[in-house]
Amino acid sequence: MSNVSLKINGQSVSIDIPSDTPLLWALRDKLNFVGTKYGCGIGTCGTCTVLVNGVPMRSCVVPAVSMVGMEITTIEGLDPAGEHPVQRAWDEEDVPQCGYCQAGQILTASALLRQNPNPSDEDIDSAMAGVLCRCGTYPRIRKAIKLAAKYAGTTGGES
Amino acid sequence: MSTVERNLSMDRRSFLKVSMMASGALLVGCGRPAPVDEDVSDQETWVANLYVRIDPDGKITIVSKNPEAGQGVKTAFPMVVAECLNVDWKNVSVEQAPLDDRYGRQAIGGSRGTPDGWDDLRVAGTAARELLVAAAAQKWGVSGDECVAENGSIVHEASGQSAPYESLLNIAASLPVPDVEDLDLKSRPADFSLLGTFVPGVDNAKILTGQPLFGCDLRLDGMLYAVYEKSRVFEGKVRDANVDEIRNLPGVTHAFVVEGTDDLRGLRSGVAIVAKTWWEAYSARKRLRVNWDTNQSDSSADYERAAEALKLETGEIQRSDGDVDEAFDKASKIVEASYYYPFVGHANLEPQNCTALYHESGKLELWAPSQNPKSGRALIAKTLGISKDDIHVNLMRIGGGFGRRLRSEFMAEVAWIAREVGQPVQLQWTREDDMHHDYYRPAAWHHLKAGIDADGRMSAFDHHFVTFGKDGETASGADLSANHYPAGLVPNFRLRQSLIDLNVPTGPWRSPGHSAYGWVYQSFLDEVALAAGRDPLEFRLDFLSRSYGETQMDLQRATDVLKLAAKNAGWGTRQLDDGRAQGIAFHFDHGAYVAYVAEVVADGSSVKVDKVHAVVDCGPVINLSGAKNQVEGGFVDGLSTANLEVTFANGAAQQSNFDDYELLRIGQSPKIDVEFIQSDHSPSGLGEPPLAPAAPAVCNAIFAATGTRVRNLPFSRSGISL
Repeated sequence: MSNVSLKINGQSVSIDIPSDTPLLWALRDKLNFVGTKYGCGIGTCGTCTVLVNGVPMRSCVVPAVSMVGMEITTIEGLDPAGEHPVQRAWDEEDVPQCGYCQAGQILTASALLRQNPNPSDEDIDSAMAGVLCRCGTYPRIRKAIKLAAKYAGTTGGES
Repeated sequence: MSTVERNLSMDRRSFLKVSMMASGALLVGCGRPAPVDEDVSDQETWVANLYVRIDPDGKITIVSKNPEAGQGVKTAFPMVVAECLNVDWKNVSVEQAPLDDRYGRQAIGGSRGTPDGWDDLRVAGTAARELLVAAAAQKWGVSGDECVAENGSIVHEASGQSAPYESLLNIAASLPVPDVEDLDLKSRPADFSLLGTFVPGVDNAKILTGQPLFGCDLRLDGMLYAVYEKSRVFEGKVRDANVDEIRNLPGVTHAFVVEGTDDLRGLRSGVAIVAKTWWEAYSARKRLRVNWDTNQSDSSADYERAAEALKLETGEIQRSDGDVDEAFDKASKIVEASYYYPFVGHANLEPQNCTALYHESGKLELWAPSQNPKSGRALIAKTLGISKDDIHVNLMRIGGGFGRRLRSEFMAEVAWIAREVGQPVQLQWTREDDMHHDYYRPAAWHHLKAGIDADGRMSAFDHHFVTFGKDGETASGADLSANHYPAGLVPNFRLRQSLIDLNVPTGPWRSPGHSAYGWVYQSFLDEVALAAGRDPLEFRLDFLSRSYGETQMDLQRATDVLKLAAKNAGWGTRQLDDGRAQGIAFHFDHGAYVAYVAEVVADGSSVKVDKVHAVVDCGPVINLSGAKNQVEGGFVDGLSTANLEVTFANGAAQQSNFDDYELLRIGQSPKIDVEFIQSDHSPSGLGEPPLAPAAPAVCNAIFAATGTRVRNLPFSRSGISL
């Protein structure tokens, strides 16, 4: 067992976990942040994506103990009111089908827009390549990212 | 609570029910009576059977009875009620119903949600509205014919009076229930104001902010986490396991062998490990050593050898029209080709999971992401030897169905574990569990022969379907309807079938059968058209212009979707750049007509599917957003699956995770333009129909672009990469 202090969505928390526990399972089973989902456990599907210091990372293969001192953002912390430009665009384009992959999609999209406020289709395909959607919402993800870019542009680039 | 009820119609065994709660809320329900062994007089439980609740404060709640797996029913069903109730969608709250026999069918399968629900939903909404109209008319002493329902109020224009619904609840509850036969149900697109519009999903707020919603999101006080190890070789049974050692590992609270049953769709033999966290259960499992008794060694190589041996046999005749052999003798040209598609898995992104609590009273409560909770409950009742009346099933949002969650063994597993443990427990499969213990869509070999007559028409069609099964019975998901397209469209038609025995589990996979053989027919039809020297669209339209006996579909609706898709895509009229080509395909299943024109860009054997023009006739569209989502997603799924295969060796599936079963990624996904032909026919579902024509449209375009005819899937078996 290791005692680990993490900073999640701006809040400091301390938990006792086996030292090899991936961040994903620390979030889900110890901290009740169930918005981050389990998909493959080997870092291939992107379902479990969180932001670490603003960069998308696969929480299923990152040990929680290696995250000390990092700023971790989960889907619960992006904007709990759902007013982030990406969340607004996602609702307006009605991207989700089953919805299971969408936390990973949304967080990855928000990181893309922070780096590249006006991504092309190619930029989007490249940045979003790591997150699978089994339902096939890809055409809407492209549309929603472009709409989010528009929203972010008109609200001062808060993405 | 006061209650009046009336039979809807005896043959449909449905009835309408209006009640008033102590709180003053008006309930309007419409459902089916429970089986006779259940107590239907318990008024409190009637609350569960409502479709519409109007509270005294004006809050309107509409209940969605079916499970939601992304097919959009949780938004679409309440929209139908709201349309008929004439309320503003913004003021409606939606609740998910639990499993309750009085709702009738509560399952995702066969694209049946919308067509099955259409009448009851409209009856419930319309009856509530007409009751409120009658209540206002009584209150004002005017004729109901002079009153109209608008946006949650009844209005009497002549006197300028208006009353919100919530002010009329007491009177409405005291009035006789309207005669269902007299209800004026909205049925055509021209009648609708809400239906047919683009409405975002009702669960979006929770999905987009990561709030608990899915089965695996549930967290109960004192809840433990379980993993369940089964034999990777199908049908294997535990001989012994080091459970005593496992029980002492960190965090582990229970470890035990489950003998299981012989039901291959039920509780299979295995080892359960329960711990305080899932990671601890999973970590302990890595130390688990099990000796298995296994007695089968199925392999894909054996299946291929068996199929090759059957190729030249006649097989069993399934259908024979005209004189096929004579027509071949008279044909001016003959086309022959063999097609093969592999086994595939469902790969729901949310691996199977279920949560259960076994109460000391003997009652069992489950939180199940199930497409068919009723069959799951029956399986549990049988496996645990308890009454189904002691099992309560809550329906959780499902992270992808595709037919996989019509099987319920994960429910039986967690139920068994929960009874052993006596605490709430969540069973969570790994991705590998999910890949190794699927009910796979069966592979098949199709040997096709067509005769073309002097007019360039297909005059003869012989089809030898080599599939899986035993003693004349096809394995689950391995059948092919003898009456489906192109049956009835060719004067001389013969379908023959040969079966290969197998020991791996198979089952329904989104649009069972169609999703596989739709590709075969629509690819081969292109081969025949081109051999006849005709344009694939023109050949198809001509093909649909005459029938020989009954066909399952409306040939005009089929023709119309093909024509419009071709027009939208500029088929035959648009100049295409080098390396770019179009392919067309059409399929009819589950009541809907779908045509695609796919546009691909080829660079050698590397192909990108760039653009798709889709046209669909599913009758009136309920939710434009949900309907389009199903078409877009159905196409992507069809393309993705044509790029995948599951193989078997030594009695086990060889693929384990997304590194060796690579779903389509965003960069491989086309832009998709969707148009609906909104006819006045009653609506059909859309979960399945958009899938089948996707792969053949792409393969026909690949042929046009590269000269390579894809006759073997996945694409890699035909030398094509996406």
